[in-house]
Amino acid sequence: MIGITAFGAYVPRLRLSRKSIVDANAWASPGLRSQGKGERAICNWDEDSVTMAVEAARDCLADHDRSAVASVNLASTSLPFEDRLNAGIVAQALNLGEDVETLDVTSSQRAATSGLLAALRTLAPNGRGPVLFVAADNRRTKAGGLQELTFGDGSAALLLGTRNVVAAFKGAHSVAVDFVDHYRGQNREYDYNWEERWIRDEGYMKIVPKAIAGALTASGVAASEISHFIMPCTLSRVVQSVAKRVGIPESSIRDNLHMSCGEAGTAHALIMLVDALQDAKPGDRILVASFGQGSDALVFEATDALPALSPRLGTKGYLARRKEETNYAKFLAFNNLVTREKGMRAELDNQTALTQLYRRRQMLLGLVGGRCTICGTRQFPKTNVCVNPNCGAFRSQEDELFAETPCRVLTWSADHLTYTMDPPAHYGMVQFEEGGRFLANFTDVDQGRVSVGMPMRMMFRIKDFDDIRGFRRYFWKAAPALNGRT
Amino acid sequence: MATGIKDKVAIIGMGCSKFGERWEADADDLMVEAFDECIKDAGIDRKQIQAAWLATAIEEIHVGKGGIPLAFSLRLPYIPVTRVENFCASGSEALRGAVYAVAAGACDIALALGVEKLKDTGYGGLPQRSRGVLNSMWWANYSAPGSFAQLAAAYRAKHGVAQEDLKRAMAHISVKSHDNGARNPKAHLQKRITMDSVLQAPMVAEPLGLFDCCGVSDGAACAIVTTPEIARGLGKKDLITVKALQLSVSNGVEAAHNSWDGSYFMTARIASKRAYEEAGIRNPREEISLAEVHDCFSVTELVTMEDLFLSPEGGGVKDVLDGFYDSTGGLPCQIDGGLKCFGHPIGASGLRMMYEMYLQLQGRAGPRQVKDPVLGLTHNLGGAPHQNVCSVAIVGRQGA
Repeated sequence: MIGITAFGAYVPRLRLSRKSIVDANAWASPGLRSQGKGERAICNWDEDSVTMAVEAARDCLADHDRSAVASVNLASTSLPFEDRLNAGIVAQALNLGEDVETLDVTSSQRAATSGLLAALRTLAPNGRGPVLFVAADNRRTKAGGLQELTFGDGSAALLLGTRNVVAAFKGAHSVAVDFVDHYRGQNREYDYNWEERWIRDEGYMKIVPKAIAGALTASGVAASEISHFIMPCTLSRVVQSVAKRVGIPESSIRDNLHMSCGEAGTAHALIMLVDALQDAKPGDRILVASFGQGSDALVFEATDALPALSPRLGTKGYLARRKEETNYAKFLAFNNLVTREKGMRAELDNQTALTQLYRRRQMLLGLVGGRCTICGTRQFPKTNVCVNPNCGAFRSQEDELFAETPCRVLTWSADHLTYTMDPPAHYGMVQFEEGGRFLANFTDVDQGRVSVGMPMRMMFRIKDFDDIRGFRRYFWKAAPALNGRT
Repeated sequence: MATGIKDKVAIIGMGCSKFGERWEADADDLMVEAFDECIKDAGIDRKQIQAAWLATAIEEIHVGKGGIPLAFSLRLPYIPVTRVENFCASGSEALRGAVYAVAAGACDIALALGVEKLKDTGYGGLPQRSRGVLNSMWWANYSAPGSFAQLAAAYRAKHGVAQEDLKRAMAHISVKSHDNGARNPKAHLQKRITMDSVLQAPMVAEPLGLFDCCGVSDGAACAIVTTPEIARGLGKKDLITVKALQLSVSNGVEAAHNSWDGSYFMTARIASKRAYEEAGIRNPREEISLAEVHDCFSVTELVTMEDLFLSPEGGGVKDVLDGFYDSTGGLPCQIDGGLKCFGHPIGASGLRMMYEMYLQLQGRAGPRQVKDPVLGLTHNLGGAPHQNVCSVAIVGRQGA
């Protein structure tokens, strides 16, 4: 059996209330007023598609053997690097080792489903090791546009394999049509969009049903047997019309998470799929359909192994981890949609020495420290001489993973002086329960809510931007732990 | 077997520039201002100086690297000039170099000069600068106040001190230093402040408000040292001699090993113990007459009182609030106003502290003069609580 063996998701904690967007923009676009309901997920200033991909993958892999992962695919249309393998950053952050296949899939809102389908097809003949398929998007939009209201940020990850399948792949069909509802040309920051009514009538309504019909035929499943119909679309009533046209019961249409998340680009189909898998019962048939210069439709069937999958946050868990943001100006600032006075402290040159980054890639991207083989002391970073004052052994340390280890706050401060996109900058000494500590930046913390002894978990985030050269460097930060989970 | 530095070297001259926002002065002007006072005080000729140490910390916005800036400014006669940098303890390091050279017999008369020109950045606070290619990739993006503020949370957790009590003790420290600084014409800040103004000041790094932080300023200070024998040959009487010079440097245990609780300075405890041993001091709380400690932030001064074994562990808050470290207390601390009122031109601060001890021990401190001090201690700290360098120096009257 081929299919999904594990799944995970990630939605950034910050949720911008749509009302705040409308309130700020209705003076110029009164038509937005009707769109002011609910909230959309927004990346914190230190998040992007790569960091969200890492978190979804961590959620997905949970207790799975990471060393078995044979391939990492990352689908996104908002990759931070145009020429540097983004999936490679994810693989390094997850410490998957070097013997792994990596691939970025991009250029279309269909990237996630097309990539997923391709990955599933490769599993068929020889049963090679699991594929970690991750999709993430945080699409840039112009201030005050409709898309600012409808889009959200998020990611999802699926582990694909042949053993312990929780959702069997039953069949799929793709159609390719160069239907340009929107596009983003090379070196352009924003999408250019054509009229919605045309997109609805000539795009969604004509293209998607073809893919769905083909997928149902390929999988031998009747439309009426689909109990979870996943089709991201922000246009009103389109999904209902498509379901009706192909014969899928309206009751099977999955919530598109518009009120709580917003549409997370190419990742959204998989975010909704994870949401569906969190509800599904063995035997449930799930159809995922996407749209973007054609359409992909994939059919899955939940198996008896689904209830036994270890707990994970998934879409529902991360949607529940939320903090409302009503300050639209902050969203503009985080996304460089407004030229803000950052002060002279922001002028520090953050050039990254790539040679140094390479030498310490395991430490910096994977949060790999050391464990002394003589005294057993865990320590970060890994060094040539053991830090235990009663040991001090030379070259005694082997690699030790810190990213998944619980830690607590030992010291902290909220700093209004040092430059950060979101002052005050919180940081402090975090101490790992099994040993080791370091002075870490904090993220996703609320002012006045940090205390000594507070349980934390490490998260992969952007540490600094190098705006002069277009580089960004990643490292791990401490964030409040979730219900005792790390 | 090392015998220590006690009474092997005498300070025969010191000088200190006016500290402050010296918009009109280059580093060169500050060096000459401090040196001019120092050389007159020593009563020697510039050509008698056989070696010199220059302390500067942030060369990127300052005089640049090397010993050349000092040699140029004073037109020193092609003698050895060494630039030292050890974070905020750089000034004490310059003194250590000069004192050790004289004690070793490598030269008869040596100069230690520290200077820092910080007010050329265009903004308040210490200059931003790279911390090295690897460190900048993983160290938390901390500022100086934010790193020292870490002490407060850990200290409170360890000793069960309420936030309000800690804030009050910290405020008392700042009020006391401003009282002292108001009597010092060389201080940057010479105005008294009130408890209320401290407690209501804007937050810089929780729980440190604006008045919990020392200023940033320009300044220079220097010392000329020689052997007691040469000093007497020069006609000097009532010599001030060096009793102890100790330095302890973090090796990463605090930063990476779970044995340190974050509430104190491991280095200060080690350096002060060594210094007391070197100086032959058994009961520092009773024997030390005056202390100038590195009060970069009020909370630093608070925990330092315990790290120097002047207050019992956990007893700093009470001693501070009881006024033990006030100018009228049992052990006046920051009698010149401290970093709090002088600001912290990094390379100069260690020598500025020593300058006040030197004046006090000679009875030349004017309105700030403490009655008959015998031993003075300076504590000069650089870095952050989890990784730092700490200098503890003790000077006193010869024979004390």
